[in-house]
Amino acid sequence: MHTFVDVLHWLTTSSHWSGSGGIPIRVGEHLELSVVSVGLACAVAIPVGLVVGHLRRYEFLAVSFANLGRAVPSFAILVLAYLLFLQLWPSLAFGFGPTVVALFLLSVPPILTNTYVGVQSVDADTVEAARGMGMTERDVLLRLELPLAAPLIMAGVRTGAVTAVATATLAALIGGGGLGRFIIDGFHTNDVAMVVSGAVLVAILSILTEGAFALVERAVRPRTSSRQTGGTLAAGRRSRAVA
Amino acid sequence: MIALADELIRWDWVFSHGQEIWSRFVQHVELTVIAVGVGLLISFPLAIVAHRHRFLYTPIAWFTGLLYTIPSIALFVILLPITGLSYTTAEIGLVSYTLLILIRNTVVGLSGVPEDVKEAARGMGYTQRELLWRVELPLALPAIMAGIRIAVVSTIGLVTVAALIGRGGLGQFILEGLQTFFNTEILLGAVLSVALALAADAALLGAQRVLTPWSRTGGPRTRPFIPWKKPGFPIG
Repeated sequence: MHTFVDVLHWLTTSSHWSGSGGIPIRVGEHLELSVVSVGLACAVAIPVGLVVGHLRRYEFLAVSFANLGRAVPSFAILVLAYLLFLQLWPSLAFGFGPTVVALFLLSVPPILTNTYVGVQSVDADTVEAARGMGMTERDVLLRLELPLAAPLIMAGVRTGAVTAVATATLAALIGGGGLGRFIIDGFHTNDVAMVVSGAVLVAILSILTEGAFALVERAVRPRTSSRQTGGTLAAGRRSRAVA
Repeated sequence: MIALADELIRWDWVFSHGQEIWSRFVQHVELTVIAVGVGLLISFPLAIVAHRHRFLYTPIAWFTGLLYTIPSIALFVILLPITGLSYTTAEIGLVSYTLLILIRNTVVGLSGVPEDVKEAARGMGYTQRELLWRVELPLALPAIMAGIRIAVVSTIGLVTVAALIGRGGLGQFILEGLQTFFNTEILLGAVLSVALALAADAALLGAQRVLTPWSRTGGPRTRPFIPWKKPGFPIG
């Protein structure tokens, strides 16, 4: 209980909320790392997933990629990215560069898989009907499959974003910023209150990220009561965090 | 390039540290098996309760979802003042991570059992208990096994993070290598933990095939029982 009071005290000390190493700056760094990486991951994974899903081929590749993504520990990816930077661009090796590469690699698999599955699970008859009505392949993809797959795609982005926010904490291990700094610096100076406060802040940030994306996900749900759509949505809801 | 490759891995170091590699490998496996085992013990009854009484599913899913969202490193660190640098700290963090995956997949599996199949079993005089153990659970097994596979693979990855609190199995090599700028150790830890995850996944997939032979034979009568058979569905 001693620690609990210490942590509360640490978090409410005003000097910890200002200056270059203050909480707002660290939160900003943390979010910057996460937003840049997840943005890049979306820019790559969503178009690829849409096309592969539309072609309804290369399923094996998409699934194996997702499984491989899960098998490689985030800690290992980060350290390997750091190693790579040290060999290639030593001056950029501390912090931002390798962390963005690692977070990118970690958030691509859930976004790619969910986009792919979302598009692929759009009812084949519906797609056939759209083609019959004279929609081009491009229209089918962008005006039918994309909106129907949107909730599942957002679920993938959400998983990727939460993973990124969680893993951005480890950036401090390779000399980067973010909330992990409090944890690592606190470890080195034996400041338990600082360590635990850092962890509490990371936890809060992750939960807020998850919550924000839950709202976005709800917003992109197509407003229709047709049965096919209902099926897709149920799948989206079910598979959320597990994907 | 060749010079770089030579520096990247010092095989003499690898061969002279066989004992240590083995003991950390075993620690990694132990941490994973205990975490998923305890996770199953906790999540199995919860999933069955949530399946029987649907209104309980939301709070259970919400709470385990919260645990799942908290980053592992944060959870390990928050537990430090309470349980210290110990196996308990590592295991609490690892177990709490498996719960959402296991409960969700079990509930999805159980609720996917077709109503008419259950009706037929009741008509044949199955009690609620027999229905669960002899009809619902066997039919939910593919989904449950998919959950166990995801839980095992993610736990193997998370164990490496527990290196920060000194109980990281193979992750210990990654952390030490990082602190001493020794590439061999980093690569060794990374490669072995990925290999372990892939091997465990393949082994569980094999076990699933043996346990549910009907899911492979296909045929019009058995196929509707397993709606998640479609490859690529995210829960698999």
